[in-house]
Amino acid sequence: MQHDTLVEIENAVFGYGARPVLKGVNLTAKRGQVVAIMGSSGCGKTTLLRLIGGQIKASQGTVRVAGESPGELDRTGLYRLRRKMGMLFQFGALFTDMSAFDNVAFQLREHTDLPEDAIRDLVLMKLHAVGLRGAAHLMPAELSGGMARRVALARAIALEPMLVMYDEPFAGLDPISLGVTGNLIRRLTDTLGLTSLVVTHDVQESLKIVDYVYFVSEGVIMAEGTAAEIRASGLPYVHQFVHGESDGPVPFHYPARPYADDLGLGEGSA
Amino acid sequence: MILGWEREVLKQAIENLGNHTIQGVWRIGFACRFFLAVLLHSGTAFRRFGLTIREMYFTGVLSLIIILVSGLFVGMVLGLQGYETLQRYGSESALGTLVALSLVRELGPVLAGLLFASRAGSAITAEIGLMKTTEQLSAMEMMAVDPLARVVAPRFWAGVISMPLLAALFSAMGILGGYLVGVRLIGVDEGTFWSQMQGSVDFTQDILNGVIKSVVFGLAVTTIALFEGYDAPPTAEGVSGATTRTVVTSSLVVLALDFVLTAFMFRGLN
Repeated sequence: MQHDTLVEIENAVFGYGARPVLKGVNLTAKRGQVVAIMGSSGCGKTTLLRLIGGQIKASQGTVRVAGESPGELDRTGLYRLRRKMGMLFQFGALFTDMSAFDNVAFQLREHTDLPEDAIRDLVLMKLHAVGLRGAAHLMPAELSGGMARRVALARAIALEPMLVMYDEPFAGLDPISLGVTGNLIRRLTDTLGLTSLVVTHDVQESLKIVDYVYFVSEGVIMAEGTAAEIRASGLPYVHQFVHGESDGPVPFHYPARPYADDLGLGEGSA
Repeated sequence: MILGWEREVLKQAIENLGNHTIQGVWRIGFACRFFLAVLLHSGTAFRRFGLTIREMYFTGVLSLIIILVSGLFVGMVLGLQGYETLQRYGSESALGTLVALSLVRELGPVLAGLLFASRAGSAITAEIGLMKTTEQLSAMEMMAVDPLARVVAPRFWAGVISMPLLAALFSAMGILGGYLVGVRLIGVDEGTFWSQMQGSVDFTQDILNGVIKSVVFGLAVTTIALFEGYDAPPTAEGVSGATTRTVVTSSLVVLALDFVLTAFMFRGLN
């Protein structure tokens, strides 16, 4: 029986050394949904993706993907699970010594015994889906940032995964590429029946395409809800984030001693 | 009497020394584990030998120019210097022996090893380091493809296979250089030059030992280059530091190993 929930994180705790990053996160992604994980830089969004991908293991709590715990699996089991996942890295992480075509064909050649003719057709179909069939022969250095991101997306869906994770897919894109990438994520999720987890801090673009949003702050889920609920949220942190206000619960100033003291104007200074 | 500040300086110095030593021993341990892991993941490098051949082109074929030209000049210098010294004792007929033995026993493997470290070793470290920095290795991991098997092992075996071939070519070019200067330029008797060489170069003692040396140097340089790249901090400074360390460490290791190997190989000779 296929379970409705694909990704389930319960009370996950994780830290790099002594520094806690996640302090008990609960998150659920249902099949066919686009789920956004938002939060300011360094709040642990990417760490969540790494937990789901099995690159790191939660020190407490459970992480389940399609009923399996990535952190508990042995290498063979983890690799079996990863074949059903795709990941889009922040700047694409295309293999620079291969053309766009070979990048998309990479997993098909590594994991299947398909003849080269069939691989060619599949690769061209994936590249067509992201609008770059004509750029198949180009090397990554010849692609613009947005194009590289789309080739990486074609590569991520090459094996028709059940889950695609996007690490900051909108970072550094021009408005046109931004819209194209956002629409692609929505369209591919719907047509291929995937589940998409989008880590981003681009509120406006992602609220257009997502089904559900989680806000991460200081290692916990600060708020969650549908795009409409988030827009209407009265929580000061969410309000500051959605409206891009420079001061609020997240202060503009990094903690420091009083300004006057630093300038030597405070009490007791000579 | 030791004053307070002197004690502090001394303590700091000893602490630094201890720290560096512990760090160094850890790194050697990591490098050994890395070496074993590469051996264990070498299946792909042989099953899909095309991958290894492709890397042999980058490490071996592209190093040919520097190896051949250097070999020729080293041989020519040996011809000049050897003749100059030998003729003082009326033994210029032994020029062929001197040139050939110097090259196949020592200069061929050692100089080819040093050139290999600076030409191919640095390139390997920079490439792997950049692949790590641009998340290409992580992307591969997430695609359920082990970078050790797919990226590292083919480069390792390509280096190990290329190095003895490069050393042999270095020696061959060196002998040609010695011949050009000794016979063609200075006028040593051609028959004596070749026959003395043929009579005094022993296959096991000289050629085989030289080949063993070059294989060991190939193993050492390639392992260091791959380890430094794989272990490089994912920043521009990290990769540049790792590339420098590759050249410095592998050059020193080649020279040190040469001494050890020579001591074992030629200790019984008069």
